[in-house]
Order: sequence, then structure tokens, then C-alpha cells
Amino acid sequence: MNFEPKILGFLCNWCSYAGADLAGVSRIQYPPNIRVIRVMCSGRVDPKFIFTSLQVGIDGIIVMGCHPGDCHYLEGNYEAEVKFKMVKLLLNLVDLQDRVHLEWVSASEGVRFGEVVTNFTESIKKLGPSPLSGENFDQHLFEKLKAIELAADGERLRALVARKRIIMEEGNIYGEKISQEDLDEILISAIEDEFLRQQILLKLKNEPLSVKDLSQLLNIDSSVILKHIISLKARNLIDYDKIEGITPFYQKL
Amino acid sequence: MNKVGAVLVVGAGIGGSQVSLDLAESGYKVYLVEKSTSIGGVMAQLDKTFPTNDCAMCIISPKLVETGRHHNIDLIINADIREASGDAGNFTIKLTKRALYVNQEKCTGCGVCGQECPIEAIDTFNEGLSMCKATSVKYPQAVPLVYYINLEKCIGCGICYGVCKAKAVEYDQTDREIEINVGAVILAPGFDEFEPDSIKEYGYSKYRNVVTSIEFERILSASGPFAGKVLRLSDGDIPRKIAFLQCIGSRDMKRGQPYCSSVCCMYTAKEAVIAKEHFDVINPTIFCMDVRAYGKDFDKYIERAKNQYGVRYIKNRIASILEMPETKDLKISYETEDGKIVEEIFNMLVLSVGLNPPKDAKKIADVFNINLNEYNFCETNSFNPIQTSRPGIFVCGAFQGPKDIPETVTQASAAAGAVNVLLSEVKNTLITKKELPEEIDVRGQPPRIGVFICHCGINIGGYVDVPAVTEYANKLPNVVMADRNLYTCSADTQTIIKEKIKEYNLNRVIVASCTPRTHEPLFQETIREAGLNRYLFQMTNIRDQCSWVHMHEPENATEKAKDLVRMAVNKARRIFPLQRMTLDVTKNVLVIGGGITGMVAALDLAQQGFETYLVEREKELGGIAREIYSTLEGDNVQEFLSDLIKKVKTQENLNLYTEANIEAIDGYVGNFHTSLTYGDKKIPVEFDHGVVIVATGANEYIPTEYQYGEDPRIIRQSELEEKIYKSPNELKDVKSIVMIQCVGSRNEEHPYCSKMCCAEAIKNALKIKELNPEINITILFRDIRTYGFKEKYYQKARQAGVLFIQFNDNQEPEVKIENGNLNIIVKKPDVGDISIKADLLALSVGIVSSRDEKEELAMQLKVPLNDDNFFLEAHVKLRPVDFATEGVFVAGLAHAPKPIEDCISQAKATVSRACTILSKDKIEAEGKIARIDPTRCTGCGLCVLNCAYNAIELQEDRRFGTIAVINEALCKGCGACSGNCRCSAIDILGFTGEQIFAMIMGRE
Repeated sequence: MNFEPKILGFLCNWCSYAGADLAGVSRIQYPPNIRVIRVMCSGRVDPKFIFTSLQVGIDGIIVMGCHPGDCHYLEGNYEAEVKFKMVKLLLNLVDLQDRVHLEWVSASEGVRFGEVVTNFTESIKKLGPSPLSGENFDQHLFEKLKAIELAADGERLRALVARKRIIMEEGNIYGEKISQEDLDEILISAIEDEFLRQQILLKLKNEPLSVKDLSQLLNIDSSVILKHIISLKARNLIDYDKIEGITPFYQKL
Repeated sequence: MNKVGAVLVVGAGIGGSQVSLDLAESGYKVYLVEKSTSIGGVMAQLDKTFPTNDCAMCIISPKLVETGRHHNIDLIINADIREASGDAGNFTIKLTKRALYVNQEKCTGCGVCGQECPIEAIDTFNEGLSMCKATSVKYPQAVPLVYYINLEKCIGCGICYGVCKAKAVEYDQTDREIEINVGAVILAPGFDEFEPDSIKEYGYSKYRNVVTSIEFERILSASGPFAGKVLRLSDGDIPRKIAFLQCIGSRDMKRGQPYCSSVCCMYTAKEAVIAKEHFDVINPTIFCMDVRAYGKDFDKYIERAKNQYGVRYIKNRIASILEMPETKDLKISYETEDGKIVEEIFNMLVLSVGLNPPKDAKKIADVFNINLNEYNFCETNSFNPIQTSRPGIFVCGAFQGPKDIPETVTQASAAAGAVNVLLSEVKNTLITKKELPEEIDVRGQPPRIGVFICHCGINIGGYVDVPAVTEYANKLPNVVMADRNLYTCSADTQTIIKEKIKEYNLNRVIVASCTPRTHEPLFQETIREAGLNRYLFQMTNIRDQCSWVHMHEPENATEKAKDLVRMAVNKARRIFPLQRMTLDVTKNVLVIGGGITGMVAALDLAQQGFETYLVEREKELGGIAREIYSTLEGDNVQEFLSDLIKKVKTQENLNLYTEANIEAIDGYVGNFHTSLTYGDKKIPVEFDHGVVIVATGANEYIPTEYQYGEDPRIIRQSELEEKIYKSPNELKDVKSIVMIQCVGSRNEEHPYCSKMCCAEAIKNALKIKELNPEINITILFRDIRTYGFKEKYYQKARQAGVLFIQFNDNQEPEVKIENGNLNIIVKKPDVGDISIKADLLALSVGIVSSRDEKEELAMQLKVPLNDDNFFLEAHVKLRPVDFATEGVFVAGLAHAPKPIEDCISQAKATVSRACTILSKDKIEAEGKIARIDPTRCTGCGLCVLNCAYNAIELQEDRRFGTIAVINEALCKGCGACSGNCRCSAIDILGFTGEQIFAMIMGRE
């Protein structure tokens, strides 16, 4: 049987949803796989919505908002873009990045809406079913995605994302503007850190483990693991459990 | 005579719509009469708008929907006005509503009639570039969405009658006579484009690849005939080289109109940029005389067009156009800067046609008994640009003179402001207020959901198995009834919905039909009438986003419809009643700045009985206008100013504070509190007010260039004006005056045009020539920007012998003082250096705004400044005098450089905008807003930064310490704060995380 992907679309009320309506009025035909969730502004799309969707086995998620400069709420779409960029970076870590897409569609772009949905549906068909859907459910990946969701939900990434535009465009508290590239570099390293830490936390949730155990389970160099264990301990998220021989074990608090 | 609290608005473009909304919100009954079948005017036809490249449809359509739905606006389409009698305050208007042959009340706009119609007619909305049916609607997003039959084309086959399930087609409908009684009239009929057929040389309608700019606009538009592909008409190829010809029918004494059409330079730059954006292979060239980019941020746009998009400008009119017989390309010959004639081939030619007065201008003038000016536009004067020659009848938009969208919107509000002054005592007398039953308390009840699924004639039912979806919906959890209707939006179905709510004790209602963007308010109103809170409603779109787009796969469409209904049910199970918070309004006004702008606004508001506080930093009122004696058009500014000051000083309810210093402005819309000190003794006062108008002005630039200040013969234009009016004797021995334009404007430090300096120079030149025609006057310029009717004075000055010499952007004139002689040297690439001896050198200095002066106020009001230190409005196009912060408005030079008439327009516009708040006893805030959970909030303040509306503040809380608090009056519910909150403490009512997760889970 042909693979019919499940696709969710988060559309802003003022431009993209209107564009989708115009596609209807113009009788533009596109594949019926998409289900639209209307939000007032693309800026409302919390990264959590995307991660949750992936976790429940949605094959593709597309977020659509007003073109830059057109936002009904002045600058909500810029916020959306920044958030989405982080989502992409995070999903890169588990190779799910191609299942999500951000697109600007205006109220007069009915034809384009159809094209965007058609192309996205095609691209998801090519990717095949989500490894988190149906029989080939990948528990390992699910756990990683969970870690990603927790990382994205964590204070550090949210804070970086929330300030990114201000720091880039208006300057930080010292009045300096930091370039997009520099900030992205900071964001990427934060993302990698947080992702790994959340994976560690998830593993420790089940049973106390040593640095070496974690290194083996996560396939990461033990010195790197240790570095994160130290910072997690400093944040009071984990503590020593027991020491077996010369090896300390850690538990989640 | 009894005044009437109703207003007639003629013409429903963006201007007419804005006027109607302002007045309807201020407590007046509005009759909005439109001669075509839907509202929106020319703006709805545009692809993008300059200088922000906003999508026109995206920004205008919410406004049109609001206009169409407003309970105080009576929209009368397809109508002509026949007679207007009476006087200011009480007019009787007779009009004819032409038959649509479709019953407006019954038509649901589903469009089946148009699809089945066998006759094709020319689509005027697409400027004749495509075909529409004899039964049609003007454009897909039209408001009202009502079809009509074009009787000229209709062959009477009767098919539409048969296919219309709403039984709306009425072939026997006749024209209807209507009589209405109003207190004031606002004319907003707009303009008509110049038709270039009359000028044979351009080859329009002879050569296939010559189009007008408005046709090109439709070609660019994503909803236009080519769906946004830039194609030429002869063979459907993408034109690699497009030439734009400026001033077609404008600034053309012989073949068109003598005035400048004001907007063409900018719309052409925009069309060139957008074309390039569509296809990079396109190379646009613009042939023009001057580049008139005089508005806020316009020059920056032109620079971007040139440098970023590679748009080529050639400052010359072309000599001839010839079509190449084989390729249908166009051969254009023109003169280059160094005087050579060259030929160049272009693939397509766009004629930038000017704005003419509406074709029926004379008829309008006759009906309303008003004067037209020499060009058949409505006659007005500089100090009251919205008043026609007949009291009680006002004008706005392009009928007053060619203008762009923000100026039209500003004038529209200004006209509404004038109506407010005229009719304030009969405000709120004719508007309707609905009595609603008490809301049913649904707290603690399990959800009881009713689902209404629409067939929409055959629009949904023809592709989606509606009975199957209904049956499916009936089995979903908490659904107690599901029903299907032929048209869920029809009046009889509203009654059915109300009955079902009662019968089944429903406490949640879902409609599965078309788009919530247009229909949600209707159903919300229905359930509210049945006693349910209007937020207990959910809508899902199974037509525009399902049946219509999956017409060839009915099974999949049905499955999708089921999914969408299930997702809606999932959300509906978790929705709860929301309250719209109401706020009291303090009906007082703070006006900051006592120049012309501030005084006009304060006076108009105080006259309506609002307690008004006018605050001026200096000792004297009048601001920069104290140094202006006359306008270009010859109006006496000093007389107007002293009269205005006298009125301000004697006006009741107007509290004047000079030498004032504002210490603090706290609060929000409807509820501000200000403390200030005034006078040389610094006496403190405090007062409450509901709105703030910022009219703090700007300054004349004091030049550092051209040896200003080093020689008494080198003066500013305003100093020259003072000499002309105060001490003309000083000019007795003067034989030669040179003026230099753009001093302190359009340079690196001030990269904008000051809009008024060209007019100032020409004004002074003409006046001097009047005093002594023997004096030689030379004006050195880059572009002469006498836009609109000001062009007349440019022509006059040339006729009077004023010499105009253009200099290049990067080759400014040089001033040399040798042996006591003042010489000005201009570099010309074609003829070499020109040296002019002068007895006086007048520098046309620009307008500058200083950050030091503005920053404190900007911080107090939490409103932004732009890069040039002028205040930044909420939306450049459609909210030109509003700030994003509600209840705060801006007018005059504080917003951008502009002449007096524009300042007065803006001042009056802020009056109307203020009245939309001050006319209400209470204002209602949006119900779907952000909510903060104080137990989770850590007070980090990120949300404060993310909020574009300044609706969030950090406050100390006794229990939770520092937490973020939402100001419900200011929050728009966009959700930008929520997605970023690091503690997940913010949720958006109506779109809560829980509700959205429920929808995600419902996607099976």
C-alpha cells in the first residue's frame, strides 16, 4: 500500500490561514494529508508543539506565517523564525530535521500555498514513515526526542532564543550587537550540551549509572560525560548514589 | 435644526473604510455607499505596498471584514447618490441601489453560480487581463461576498437559478430608491487612472507588450491572472528587460495633466523591485524626470532599489517607441546624460500612469454642490485640507489630490475627526445596542458538545460525505448531538442552533463549514444570543481547506473532514468561558507639543467637551511655524497661527501649560496619569487622562556646510523668508540670489528627504520675483520634488525666469569667497563647471529630529523612534498616526518632515483616533489573551522583551516576589511571549497549550 503521511500544519490566522482559504476559493488541489491547526500568530508555535507531534508519530510538521514585515502582530513571525531555527538545530541531532518546515505564505498566495503543501507532502513521502510511527517504532529515538524536548523546554535554550533577536538587532546590555553567526554558534553548542545532559538525566531516571556506563550507553567519550555530570551536579539535578570499588554512581534527584 | 448622529460615506476604498470604522467606533451610525459591488477599492488590487513591501491583501482584508461586519456600519453596495439636500448637521440623501439580481441576504458567496455560468465576461478587477463569468464576485476575498449578475453579458439561460441552493438568484429584482438622513457627509470616491490610449506615441493598446502600471500590479499579484508570474502578453515569456516610463499623463501640459501624481515614482520603484524579486533574470530600467521620493523612508527604498536590486534609473524622457515586428520587443530611443541619442531594446514596457480625478467628479460636485479645483479634484485649503466648500461635507483621499495609502488613511481619520467636532452632541444617539441574555454558568458541567456540519449547498456536500461525517461526529466523546445543514450560516440555521442549544442543554458548539476568519464572529454571536459565552465556540474549516482542495478524492476528503471534526471536538472539550475585561475610560486628553499640530488637535478635542491638557516645553506657542510666513499656495501662516493661539488660550476645557516639563506618564489606554511642572516657578500639577497625542515637532537643520555662519550673505531659507516679509528693503540692492537644495537632507547623516524644502525655495523665489522681477534667481537642486498640485508653482517659477540647475548626488556645489565676491560653482559633466555670482546664498535646510530631545518621552510612553530619530508609528500603511501602544498617537513633524497641511491632517486624524477611545464609557479588551501562572513565573523578564505591545511588566508580588504581569488592556493574544517562556508560565487563553496538544493528539 502507498504510504500516506500524517501531516500537521500550524498556520497563522492572518496570512497563511487566509492563503489556505484562498487556495480553497481558487480550487487549487493539493494532497489531503495535511490537517491544519490554526493559531493567531506563528510566534505562538511553541517548540514543544512540534516535538510532541513527532513523538505521537506525525510524519511531517509545517509551520506557516506571514512574510517578514507583514506580521499582524508586528514581529511575531520573527520570533517564530528564531524558535524554528532552534527546533531545526535540535532535530539535526536525531536526523528528523527534514520532517519539519517553516514557510511564509501570504493571504494572496493561494496557488503558492497549494505548491508548498504539495511539495512538503512529497518530501515527506520520500522520507517514508516516521520512525516513531506504526510498527517500526524506534524506542531509542523516542528517548532521544524526549531529551530534545526537555532540552528545548529548559531555561537555557529558551532564554537564548528569547533574547536572540534583541541581541542581534538592538544590542545587548552593553550596547553591542552580536552577529547571527556568533549567536548561532553559541546556540548550537548550548543545544548539543543540553541534549546530552537531558539524555543523561533520562538514563539516570531509570537506574543509577556510572560515567563509564553512560559513556557506553550513549556512545560518548567518558571525559565528555564527566564534564556534563559535573554541571548537572552543580545544578542539583543529580547526586552521588553509591561508590562501587573506585567507581561512583549517580542518581537523578 | 436638529443634528443627526449619522454620517454618509461615499466610496468604500481604504479611505472610506477607515472613515467608517473610526466613526462607527466613535458612536455614529454610518452609511457606507459604494458604487461597485464590493469594498476595498484600488488597494485591494495591489500586490505589495511601498516602502515596506507589505502584501496589500494581507493588511487590507481584516479591515474590510471588520467594516463589513460592524454593527454601526450600513454597507450599501452597487449604489449611486442622486441628491443631497439640507445643511451641516442635517442632510437628506437620496440614492439608488442598483439591482444585483442576487438576494444579498440569502447569498452565501459559495460561488457555484459563477462556476456554472456559461458566459465569460472581462474581469475588471484584473484590469481586463483575465475573464470572469457573467455571474461573479469582484475578487475572491471580496466584502461583502455577494455574487451579482452582469446583465449586459447575461443570456438568461437560468442555470444559476437552478444551481443556487440558497435560492438567492432573483432575475426580477429591480433598482431600489433609498432615502437616508445624516448629519455629515464624507466624500472618498478615490481616483481613476489616466488612460494612455490618447497618447499614440506610447503604443498602448497597439503594442501587446505595453501595459499600464496598474495592469502590471495585477500581473505581479499572486492572486492575479498569472498567479504571480511576471509574463509579457504577446507570448507569455518572462521579459528579461522591462522599461518603466514615468509621468504618463502627469506633469504633461499638452497631453495629460499638469500636476504631479505624487505616487508613481514610488510605486514604480516597488514594481521594479518586486519584479526582480519574482525572477532574477528581469532587469528593470526606469525612465524619469525627477525621482520624487519625498515620504517617510522613501529615499531609503529608492537607494535599495538601485543598489540592492540593480534597478537602473535614466533621468530622461524617451524620444520614441517602436515595436519590432518579429519579436514584439520594443525599441526605445532616448538621450543619455551626455547628450547622445541611443536606441535600446526592451521586452516589455510599463507605463506609470498618473492619478486622475474620478470620472464622475463633476457629477459628485453637482450632487453635493461643492467646488472642484482647476484639475477637477475637490477644492480645499491648506489649513483645512478635509473641508469642502460646503459646510458639513468633508473629503478624504485621492479625490482631494493624488496621494498614497498612508496619507489617504490619515486624511480619512482627519475627516472623521472633523465630523466628531461637528456632531459630538448627537454622538451615540443612532447606534444600536443589542440586549443579550445573561450568560449561562457552565462551570462544573461536563462538556456537552453540539456539532453542526455544513453542506454549503454542494460546495462541501458534493465532495465530502456529510452524512457520514455527521454520523461519525455523533460518536465522539462528549458530543451529544450532531446535525447537518444546507447552509449553516443562513438566518434560519441560526434559529436552529439556538433551539438545539436549549433542547440538548449544549455548553460547547462546533461548526464545521468554511473559514473562521469571516464566519466565526457570526456563530459566536448566535451562541451568545442563546446565553452561551462566545468563547465556548469552535470552528473547523472543511470547505476552503478540505472539500474545495481535494475535489478529486472524495474518500480522502471525507476522512480529512472527520479528522478535522475530531480535532475540533478534542479542543472543544477543553475550552472554557472567557471574559472580555472592561476598563473605564478617563475622558481627558494629554497633547504634548504646542505647535500648529498640537494646538489643532487640542482645540478640536476640547471643543467636543473633553478636558484637554496641552503641554508646551517653550514659553511661546507656535513651534517651528513661528518662522513661516506663507505657504507655497499663498496662505498667510502668521495670521492662521495667531488666530489659532487666540482660540487655544480662550477655549473652554483646554488647560494650557507652557515652559512645561513632563516628569512622568504612567498607566495605559483609558487610564493614564501624568505629573509635570510648568512656568518659570516650576509649579507641579498632576492629572488623569485616557489618551496621549505626541506632537513634539522637530527642528530646522543648522548647517555646518557651505560656510554658513561665516558670511552674512549666506543664510537659511527661513532667514530669507523673514527678510522678504519683515524687511524687504534689504533685498533692494540684491541682483542675484542662489539657492542650494538638500542641505542636511538626503546625505549620510540624514538619509531622508525633508519634503518641504523644494516648496520653500520655490515659494521664496516666486515672492522675490513678485517684489522685483529683475533679481536673478538660480536654484541648484538634485530632484525637484513639488509633488501633487505643488507642481504648478514649479512651472510658475520657471515661467517667471527662475533658473533651475541640477547637480549630481555626489557633486555638491562649491562656495567661494574671493575679493569679497560670493561665487557658487556647479559641476556639470556635459558642459563643465558653471560659476554663478551671488549677492545672497539661501540654503534650503532640512528638518532634523534630535534623539536627546525625544528619547526621554519615548521611554516614558514606551514608544519607538526610528533611525532618523522620528517617532515610529504602529503600521506605516494602515495605522499612520497610531503607536503600537494603544491610546498613544503621533502627529506632525514628530512623525516625519512634512508641510503644514499634512501636519493639520495628522492632527485631525489623531483627534478621530482618540475619539474612538474617548467616546466609550468602557473599553472592552480581547478575551483571548496571555495568562501568567505566578507560581511558575521566575520574573526573568524575557517576555517583557518579546512583547511588541508593551503589555507585560515586572511587578513585585507579596507572595511570589518579582513576577511578570499581563496588562489585559494591552495584550493582543499573539502568543509571542508564551512560546519563549522559560518556565512555561505563560499560556494563551483560547489557544492554550493543553488545547493545542489535544488537537495534535487528535490527528490520527
